[in-house]
Amino acid sequence: MKRLAISLLFFGTLVVLWHFVTVWQVNRGNWSPVLSPLPEDVWAYLWSSIKDGTLLSASIVTMKRLLLGYFIGTIAGLPLGLLTARFRWMSDTLGVLALGLQTLPSVCWVPPALLWFGQSEAAMLFVVIMGTLWSVIIAAENGARNVPPIYARAAKTMGSRGLHTWIKVILPASLPFVVGGMKQGWAFAWRSLMAAEIMVSILTGLGLGNLLNNGRDLNAMDQVFGIMIVIVIIGLAADKLLFSPWEAFFKRRWGLTG
Amino acid sequence: MITDELQVITPSKLSVENVSKEFQVGHTKVVALENVSLSVAEGEFVCLVGPSGCGKSTLLNIIAGLEQPSSGRILSDGKVVTEPGRDRMVMFQEHALFPWLDVLGNVMFGLKLKPGLKAAERKEVAMFYLKLVGLEKVVDRNVHELSGGMKQRVALARALAPNPRVLLMDEPFAALDAMTREQLYGDIQSIWAARKKTIVFVTHNVREATCLGDRVVLFSPHPGRIREEFAIKLERPRDINSVSLASYTSEITRALKGYTTKEVSE
Repeated sequence: MKRLAISLLFFGTLVVLWHFVTVWQVNRGNWSPVLSPLPEDVWAYLWSSIKDGTLLSASIVTMKRLLLGYFIGTIAGLPLGLLTARFRWMSDTLGVLALGLQTLPSVCWVPPALLWFGQSEAAMLFVVIMGTLWSVIIAAENGARNVPPIYARAAKTMGSRGLHTWIKVILPASLPFVVGGMKQGWAFAWRSLMAAEIMVSILTGLGLGNLLNNGRDLNAMDQVFGIMIVIVIIGLAADKLLFSPWEAFFKRRWGLTG
Repeated sequence: MITDELQVITPSKLSVENVSKEFQVGHTKVVALENVSLSVAEGEFVCLVGPSGCGKSTLLNIIAGLEQPSSGRILSDGKVVTEPGRDRMVMFQEHALFPWLDVLGNVMFGLKLKPGLKAAERKEVAMFYLKLVGLEKVVDRNVHELSGGMKQRVALARALAPNPRVLLMDEPFAALDAMTREQLYGDIQSIWAARKKTIVFVTHNVREATCLGDRVVLFSPHPGRIREEFAIKLERPRDINSVSLASYTSEITRALKGYTTKEVSE
């Protein structure tokens, strides 16, 4: 309760400050009233876009792209990362490629995606997958490499061999690492998708990035701020829903903290 | 049948025949074991003692099938050992328990790999051994919540669960405090008596070896080889603090010192 109260006080103060500083600066003529929306303007925009359904449908479009691409990137990246850890030739090829491409900001995939796939859902999906895949490969590889060899030896004495060892020992043992990489992959995917949606409109669906960019085109700062807040809230919610349960599990089972 | 699974089975006879093991460390060749031969009778408790680097753990790993000898061979009941097998279970110095499984899950891991056991039977077998090591009350605990001694007890239950004929123990109590260790000396002796296993136990602690072993085999390093054997003819169960142990201990320690000081002066 106390922590909640402190949180509420902090954000409440932030909103009040926002309101009064804006009013003050606009009245003195320092800030343009068009470019400096008040919190209540932003709230009014959000409320109206919730009521007419645009916010919800944009969120659904964006989340669909993100979750599908993220799912594909993770499902492909996990086994590839484990194989990279297992085979020297995989680590000399795919491992190096993944390491290189992971350093490439994933927004760089937007131009080639548009050229290859046109202004289509496929282009969006491609960008999200590229944002996810490399991080997950690297994380799974590092995770598997950092598993204490004694686990595999112990499993071997109990009759575990080959694929069984990889699925029942190496994979679970590397999970804390892997989930760390999945979290990073999520962050990359989310950022690159926003960049892609801001850069191009796809006719099959307008996402949050499109709404943000529309706000810019219309000089509607209340819309720009409103969508930014929604994007932040979705990011926080994803963290809590997708990753917090895992982290709680690691803390309970492994005794890991952090 | 569950009763078959829990039956006391005949322990294996082990023979180590002219085993050598060489490692390449950089440009130099290290001889970890040189022409080592040893036979262990069915149900015998043998302790391998020696300073670090004498190859005693390497020999244990070769018996386990985790490492291959450079020459020579290991026979378990007349069959050549080529890989790890459920008939020879290993207990390591680090407990090597899986942190993603709870206590029961760890003990069941090996049982799941044993063909012909139903889920309910696996659980029953696991519970039997957890009870044997005195941990039936903590089956759903996580590994990190256990004390060092409890972890090694779980590791012991895990090693016993597939009902091996040989138990290979690599300094399993070295990292524990003295009190916990003393309790385990008593427990391991009674479990050995009840379950009839052939045990090869590696340690650098002479007192521990004398307390546990029917026979103490002394190794010396560079190259690792067997120097001397001592039969310990004392009543069981033995107490680590008993006076009768002391004469054996001092005799073995004296012999051990002889080999190691020669090593230094050479």
